[in-house]
Amino acid sequence: MTDSRPVNILIVGVGGQGTILAGKVLSQVAVLSGRDVKFSEIHGMAQRGGSVVTQVRVGERVWSPTIDPGTADFMLAFEQLEALRWSHMMRPDGVIVMSITTIDPMPVITGAAEYPLGIPDRLSESAHVITIDAADYALQAGNPKSANVALLGRVARLMPFSRDLWDQALSETIPARHLAVNRKAFELGWNAL
Amino acid sequence: MSSTKDDRILLSGNEAIARGAWEHGVRVATAYPGTPSTEILEAIAKYDGIYAQWSPNEKVALEVAIGASVVGGRAMASMKHVGVNVAADPLLTLAYTGVNAGLVLVSADDPGIHSSQNEQDNRFYGRFARIPVIEPSDSQECKDFMGAALHMSEDQDTVVILRSTTRISHSKSLVTVSSREERPLLPYSKDILKYVMVPGNALRRQPEVLSRHARIEAYVETSPLNRIEWGDRRIGVITAGIAYQYVKDAYPDVSVLKLGITYPLPVNLIREFAKGVETVVVIEELEPFLYENVLLTGVEAVHSGLPRVGELSAAKVQKALARLLGEEPEPVLTVPAKVPMRPPVMCPGCPHRSVFYVLQKMKLMVSGDIGCYTLGALPPLSALDIFMSMGASIGMALGMEKADPASASRTVAVIGDSTFLHSGVTGLMDMVYNKSRGTVIILDNGTVAMTGHQDHPATGVTAQGEETRITAIEDVAAGVGVRRITVLDPFDIKNLEKVLREELKAEEVSVIIARSPCVLTEPSDAEPLMVSADVCKGCKLCARIGCPAISWMDDHPVIDQSLCGGCSLCANLCPFDAISVDFPTVEE
Repeated sequence: MTDSRPVNILIVGVGGQGTILAGKVLSQVAVLSGRDVKFSEIHGMAQRGGSVVTQVRVGERVWSPTIDPGTADFMLAFEQLEALRWSHMMRPDGVIVMSITTIDPMPVITGAAEYPLGIPDRLSESAHVITIDAADYALQAGNPKSANVALLGRVARLMPFSRDLWDQALSETIPARHLAVNRKAFELGWNAL
Repeated sequence: MSSTKDDRILLSGNEAIARGAWEHGVRVATAYPGTPSTEILEAIAKYDGIYAQWSPNEKVALEVAIGASVVGGRAMASMKHVGVNVAADPLLTLAYTGVNAGLVLVSADDPGIHSSQNEQDNRFYGRFARIPVIEPSDSQECKDFMGAALHMSEDQDTVVILRSTTRISHSKSLVTVSSREERPLLPYSKDILKYVMVPGNALRRQPEVLSRHARIEAYVETSPLNRIEWGDRRIGVITAGIAYQYVKDAYPDVSVLKLGITYPLPVNLIREFAKGVETVVVIEELEPFLYENVLLTGVEAVHSGLPRVGELSAAKVQKALARLLGEEPEPVLTVPAKVPMRPPVMCPGCPHRSVFYVLQKMKLMVSGDIGCYTLGALPPLSALDIFMSMGASIGMALGMEKADPASASRTVAVIGDSTFLHSGVTGLMDMVYNKSRGTVIILDNGTVAMTGHQDHPATGVTAQGEETRITAIEDVAAGVGVRRITVLDPFDIKNLEKVLREELKAEEVSVIIARSPCVLTEPSDAEPLMVSADVCKGCKLCARIGCPAISWMDDHPVIDQSLCGGCSLCANLCPFDAISVDFPTVEE
């Protein structure tokens, strides 16, 4: 990590998918690494199945808690349409790690709009894209709700924090009764292609 | 909370405000939930040695805090920006009486209207009531400024407004924490001239208030909460709150006057700053509040060109400052993709959905209120006609009836349990008193759901998790004189429609309590449903209820088994019995 400017990470998905937990683990890793961290999220209406975005910035000194268009280094996308919605936030050399999950928004359900096709290809025009079947890793780990941590494991491998720090962050952030499943999900994500 | 090697912990602005209140000896903390303020009281309620409570509304919350302060205990009330409107009545007279122990009103504003009905800028309350306004820029300042606000309140004998915004309240940054400083009760002495605001005393307090204001104006000149950071002298930026972070991000080297106290302004400090730079510009989010007050000091600040609505960002500030410096702004090469919106929706299994389905089916005029059920306004239900402020649904329905008496038989007011207790009760009393024949539906899911499931007087649990007596909603309705009260299960849509038809015809006020717990607090153990593609005719009736668990594939609905709450609303609607928990003889 070059510390001349902060590393900007977006976590996007649909309310209820566990984006906030992924953000907590990520910011905890950053805290443990001794860097400055800012973490921004919007609560309220967005919880109810709406589009949600968590923003994490890590560096020697971080001022704004929010990320501007064209400046995100990493995106963790829990859902394909949400990845496309926030793709303008990416730097040209940024990396999108996206779950292949799709969730129809209400305008698609009611027939007022169509779910866009070919999202991975469209994303490839603006950033490096890695897709993983996070839901499948979560099932393998033993709980479908651990898809968020599987996704985090995949992007974690690309980030400048040691595996030990990630493990410490997981154990400090996730309640003990869910830790084993989430460790397994993280491991599966970390080793994913 | 997460700790670093040097004992700094990552806290949201709201958690840091709570921490500051605890460390600085607050004895009584009150609130009504409202985004983005809610987590302040939730965090305080977890500390030992401090009393925390939800009040039925913001006005009562502030009044409880006033009582605590007058008898000598440090106190705070926290609320969202529009909540301050509810509390404005005591606030503007509290400005006359002053305080005994430190008293802070936390106003969490919502620039960008993420989760509110308007974008009002509550710094104006400072000027309106002639009380100081303090604005932190990050979580460390949230904690520190809470202490400074309490100190200033006691020192200057005034309530102080600590103003946060969504980005301050809901962003996390590192905070150095300390332990709690216990503060004994300050002595209380009866002082009728100070605390009893009958007209004669209020008139006599006014010169006191004016001289206090003059003292505060002198105090802010030397307060460490306002500071100059000298840098590039071509431009000097006066800024505060979250805008400070954007300025530092965009142009780390410009000269900055960072205001921690945004009302009243340090006139001499502003003039000194202006002398040291070629051009003064004010960078602030929302209204030109600082800009206009800076102009009043005689400093010829230039306008930033930034809009007076919506949130700022580092990029917007960069563009504005680049223009003033005659530089090219950094280009933004990316454009957002055109994609379908993803508005928030009622959860699968939500008990509100069936009510709004029936209301739109019966083509009723619906006067709405504030809560998750406001989502009934969105397509495909599109069931609301009007929506304004907390508790307003009932009064507005009464007004419709008074202007157009025939409308009462096709109009309902719809209000949640907590919103009803917040300020719907008085509207209902008005209906009874003024001989309405209106119909009110109270959607009782037993929690303040939208803000994250807080307790209220009808849940039987306090903010600190103790059991307490329940204010029963049907008793409240009966107590204000309503005789026609029906409690029903909202998922039984046939009964709901039948009761609605009867009550709309009734010649007096009716209350229908649609009672079913929030699906998030009490998930149903019902089996998820599925669709038989053989039986389904593709009529799309089930698509009209706006359930996010139902999507469409090849002209037939598919129910997402991981989302479906098994509420059976869709199955009950289906004219072909194509939706069920299982189809033993489905043929491939």
